[in-house]
Amino acid sequence: MQVPAALEYERASDVDHALNLLGRYGDTAKILAGGHSLLPMMKLRLATPEYLIDINDLHDELGYIRIDPTEARIGAMTRHRELLESDELGRMFPIFADAERVIADPVVRNRGTIGGSLCQADPSEDLSAVCTTLAASCVIRGPGGDRVVAMDEFHQGPYETAVGDDELLIELRIPVHPNGSSAYEKVERRAGDWAVVSAGAAVWLEDGVLSDARVGLAAVGPNTNGITAVSEACRGQAPSEELFARAGELAAQHCEPSTDQRGSADYKRHLAKELTVRTLRQAVRRIVERN
Amino acid sequence: MQVTMAVNGVEVTREIEGRLLLVHFLRDHLGLTGTHWGCDTSNCGTCVVWLDGEPVKSCTVLAASAGGHEVRTVEGLEHDGELDPIQQGFVECHGLQCGFCTPGMLMTGRALLDRNPHPTDEQVREAISGQICRCTGYATIVRSVQWAAAHPDGAEATEPDVTDSEAVPSGSAS
Repeated sequence: MQVPAALEYERASDVDHALNLLGRYGDTAKILAGGHSLLPMMKLRLATPEYLIDINDLHDELGYIRIDPTEARIGAMTRHRELLESDELGRMFPIFADAERVIADPVVRNRGTIGGSLCQADPSEDLSAVCTTLAASCVIRGPGGDRVVAMDEFHQGPYETAVGDDELLIELRIPVHPNGSSAYEKVERRAGDWAVVSAGAAVWLEDGVLSDARVGLAAVGPNTNGITAVSEACRGQAPSEELFARAGELAAQHCEPSTDQRGSADYKRHLAKELTVRTLRQAVRRIVERN
Repeated sequence: MQVTMAVNGVEVTREIEGRLLLVHFLRDHLGLTGTHWGCDTSNCGTCVVWLDGEPVKSCTVLAASAGGHEVRTVEGLEHDGELDPIQQGFVECHGLQCGFCTPGMLMTGRALLDRNPHPTDEQVREAISGQICRCTGYATIVRSVQWAAAHPDGAEATEPDVTDSEAVPSGSAS
């Protein structure tokens, strides 16, 4: 029987209350959002917080998807199912629905949150790869107010984030540019598993050429990573199979997979290449079909 | 700490440890052993109950988190001694062999039909994709959910109506 170590349970009633509790308990506390990453780690005693601060009552305050012409804002307590079922988000960023369909299973998705997923900082985590692909920013609130951290700086190593002991991730912000689309694809050992490798791609077309392109990979480094070499190679180019192939080669070169029980480094490099090609192709196809 | 929640419509209050998981609260503190406890790792889904109407894996929810909320378990499916159509479907279509996965399958199946009264077989499979039947009786589980979809009032059919689901081969009613 797996049970967490003894703990003191606290329930936050709003964001300010959560911050007060974090200020009081510091590094002896952990935030409990959906719990589907943290509770398994607590059962294995990989995490043994003295205090657990349950923020599920903050769903009314932090569970939202708001899209305006320049920016999408997603509250940290937005649950996977809400991301999957949001038509507005799906139209603007189809990468979310692609990823959500392969995250765990529908019952887990009823509970897990985007904020919890990002704060877990697992190198294989899908929404981290999505947010990396979309150049998201993370809004972190602390006693001194809000600060905004780019995805590249949010993750500081496996299971480490920029969120301080007295801080809370409250929102993700994603820039919106015209005529873009996106896609996500994952290879997993069995349905609902962590990625062997997964890739996200986001592209923007202007007068037949790529004004920008971004690729984010999961499970091929200490954190999900954006492949800047792909962006540099694609900008200003017309989309073509040759360009996608070149981007795939670059993605394979610019990642750091390691051999583990999910596959060899060579195999993962192959997947990074292939999934980069497929997601770029799919993202471009979506723009073409929409127009 | 003290926790109060509504379980199958009845308010219960118990003294618990903060680390107590909802599945153990239901089974050990309330004696509601219909909810099964399986893998402990949110993979198998036999512990699925509803929290405020949503299926959740109760091995991965703290009992304390359910405080102030409504929980529904497999014991809460029947009405005045009458089986819910989803339960009747599992009877009619041989939806269980060993029965271990059944409570979770029933709760997920009922939730699916409440949201989508006429799912495709593919949608049923997707809904139960976080649940494991180690007897591998998935085909009959899908048929059982479809029986319930076709009999929303739990009609007293003693044989499955073979026209109700494409998954039931003609003449295979048992």
